[in-house]
Amino acid sequence: MQDKQLLLDIQGITKRFGNLVANDRIGLQLQEGEILALLGENGAGKTTLMNILFGHYVADEGSITVSGIPLQPGSPREALKAGLGMVHQHFTLAENMTVLDNIMLGTESMFSFGRKDGRAREKIRRLCDQYELDVDHRSLVKHLSVGQRQRVEILKALYRDTRILILDEPTAVLTPQESDHLFATLQLLVEKGLAVIFITHKLREVVAASDRCVVLRHGRVTYTSVTAETSIDVLAREMVGGEIPEVRRPPVQSGANLLKLDTITVSDPHHYTLLDNLSLTVNSGEIIGIAGVSGNGQTHLADLISGLITPNSGTLCLHGSEVKKFSPQDMIHHGVGRIPEDRTGTGLIGDMTVKENLALENYTRSPFSRFGLLNFKALSHRTREITSCYDVRCGGPDSAARNMSGGNMQKLILGRVLSENPTVIIANQPTWGLDVGATAFVHRQLIEASRNGAGVIVISEDLDELFTVADFIHVMYKGTLSERIRPADTSARDLGLAMSGQRSVLHSVSLKEVQS
Amino acid sequence: MRLEPRENISLLHRAMVPVGAALVALLVCSVLIVWAGASPFEALLLFIKGSVGSKFAVSETLTRTIPLIFTGLAAAVAFRAKLWNIGAEGQLYAGACIATWLGTGLIDLPGWLMLPLLFAAGAVAGGLLLLGPTMLKNWLAVDEVVTTLLLNFIVLLFVNWLVFGPWKDPMAMGWPQAAPVVDSAILEPLIAKTRLHWGLVIGLVAALCVWLVMRYTTWGYEIRAVGCNRKASTFVGIPVNSVIIRTALISGGLAGCAGVSELCGLKGYLTLDLSPGFGYSGIVVAMLAALHPIGVVFSALFIAMLSIGADSMSRSLNISNYIADVATAVSLLAVLVSMLLTRYRIRWR
Repeated sequence: MQDKQLLLDIQGITKRFGNLVANDRIGLQLQEGEILALLGENGAGKTTLMNILFGHYVADEGSITVSGIPLQPGSPREALKAGLGMVHQHFTLAENMTVLDNIMLGTESMFSFGRKDGRAREKIRRLCDQYELDVDHRSLVKHLSVGQRQRVEILKALYRDTRILILDEPTAVLTPQESDHLFATLQLLVEKGLAVIFITHKLREVVAASDRCVVLRHGRVTYTSVTAETSIDVLAREMVGGEIPEVRRPPVQSGANLLKLDTITVSDPHHYTLLDNLSLTVNSGEIIGIAGVSGNGQTHLADLISGLITPNSGTLCLHGSEVKKFSPQDMIHHGVGRIPEDRTGTGLIGDMTVKENLALENYTRSPFSRFGLLNFKALSHRTREITSCYDVRCGGPDSAARNMSGGNMQKLILGRVLSENPTVIIANQPTWGLDVGATAFVHRQLIEASRNGAGVIVISEDLDELFTVADFIHVMYKGTLSERIRPADTSARDLGLAMSGQRSVLHSVSLKEVQS
Repeated sequence: MRLEPRENISLLHRAMVPVGAALVALLVCSVLIVWAGASPFEALLLFIKGSVGSKFAVSETLTRTIPLIFTGLAAAVAFRAKLWNIGAEGQLYAGACIATWLGTGLIDLPGWLMLPLLFAAGAVAGGLLLLGPTMLKNWLAVDEVVTTLLLNFIVLLFVNWLVFGPWKDPMAMGWPQAAPVVDSAILEPLIAKTRLHWGLVIGLVAALCVWLVMRYTTWGYEIRAVGCNRKASTFVGIPVNSVIIRTALISGGLAGCAGVSELCGLKGYLTLDLSPGFGYSGIVVAMLAALHPIGVVFSALFIAMLSIGADSMSRSLNISNYIADVATAVSLLAVLVSMLLTRYRIRWR
């Protein structure tokens, strides 16, 4: 390692936002041919550091050197020129353009007439061969799979002669198999002399794919180690800054049927099938996990059970009686508790107070309003009850919901939903972006609700989460659901295959029970 | 230069917003006055004298405040729900038209019945005029900024046709105006020998009512929720479309009341100069008040002072009265900037 060139040298970076120190004297070195994993919970300062690196923010203190040359702060253009390239978690591709157009976008001079397609095509072909990236530069981005799009993003960075490639949560949208493919690509890249930083919170991947890892906590580098000399347990402890809260799941005792979806089909206005002949049964006391790569219909399934969309055909029964009218209020009335995917966008109204946010689903009912007049006393009383019961940290019932942290927002939504004692709970990505403590809290609450007799559906892209909470798992693929699977009968690997359409690897519960 | 959000915003800080904005507006106008060749101090003195310096000046300012309260409330209510009603001018004239139709001889009731009836009819007319664009917005996602704005011109041309054609008063010596309203339809003066009329009381009551509705009722709660986050409102089952229609009826109704009040309290007959753009000034009033119904009363007073004072000053100094328009525009810009600065601080570097 000694003879390798130091590509990136970050020294004493400090960045303050008001009273908050987002980055506190961060030092980080990256050598040629190295894969570095940057770990940390949400709010640990990873994003701030990357924004400083790419010139979106200017650090209050500290310096950055790339390949021995100081990087001019506050200039994204300089950062790109110095050889920094980034692949964002949410891709920045124009879907209606070809791969070639996307890659060339922004690299051409504004003043040169005519496009130099030939040279670009040649370079892309060379890069594809060199790094075994199989992408056809002529295809439209909208026709590509998620994994292929990610390869286009990588190509885009390589086309600009990137020497340091940074990937933000690159595996969040990939199946385990696609992740392996990605790691193989990264390995090839570093063998040719590049350096890679990948940002993640999935510890298994760190151990599988990185040479060295750095843990950020509260804006500081708290732990650095060569990956081979550390373990998942150590990393987890370092990330959380203490012991990881344990989530216990008592054995499942299925009770009466609560929710039954029978051959439900949902199409969009353009007759594109979103949910395809889908059936699902949820019984009292069960937690049903829905696994799948995002965009396979999970959102529509959640919307359906939330009363936001009406099926084109098929039936939905709650407590044995068929639901005819699909509206949020009807579903709430039938005892459905809905925890939406986007907590700031759909779950809460940031500009309204905590009190007003808690009233959103029941403000028309006594005692919260009478004769069209709101009863603020009753609202405040309920708010205090919920905030203490669900450990919501906020500036009081009259503070704006916008000022809360993500974890507290989710606890507020949980409180709003669970305090109504729903019999069916649909939770879409309930722990997305939450820290370990808040995640464990959400899991415990969902498990408690199910063991008190509710039927819970958890939609998640995080297989670890499903293995933690779910009694049964269904895999969602192109609007269809697999059979019911017991987590004990399967593995992340098999689920991954099923998530990409290969259902045959799964052993469904019914099949298993027939055999035994 | 970067903007950073502030953590705690004190009450004092919030209160300073309108004051600071007014000061900036004054400063900019002084520059214009100097440019126009007058002494800014003399101008300021004449300005104050003209707007609040005498009983007459105060009564004139308050008279001008009345329509601005109504149109300001109309904009404030609609904007709360993110319904961009730019059509208060047209709704004002719609209200005045209905009041003219009913009040120039079609019916004649005692004043205590006649005036509420005319206000109700004007409110319905204004509300219905906004209903069309709102339906188009709800069903076909047609931008209401465009439709309400264009409706203003349609209504104005319609009024134009009315006062030159069928409604033209033969007794008006050829002026394009409708016949005056009957005596029972006249809003009595609030103070004798001034133009200030009972419309002020009605406007203040309206502001109070709007505030109470927005603050204490489920209706107001729904309007605020829909305005802050339409997606979340849909998710929790608030009937978003009917809330927006309800908002449109209230907003258009308030603007219609402005027309009735001007007709019955000030002019007495329908003409094309019933409103020198009160509908548009209402937007400024509402923005200055940060959409607060009680704040609307004060910002309406402020804008009225500005225009009456500038009118009087420009007459005395013989400089252009467009300075009043500039002052209004500058104060709006100043308020928008200072509203931003209450939530964010500027950091250089």
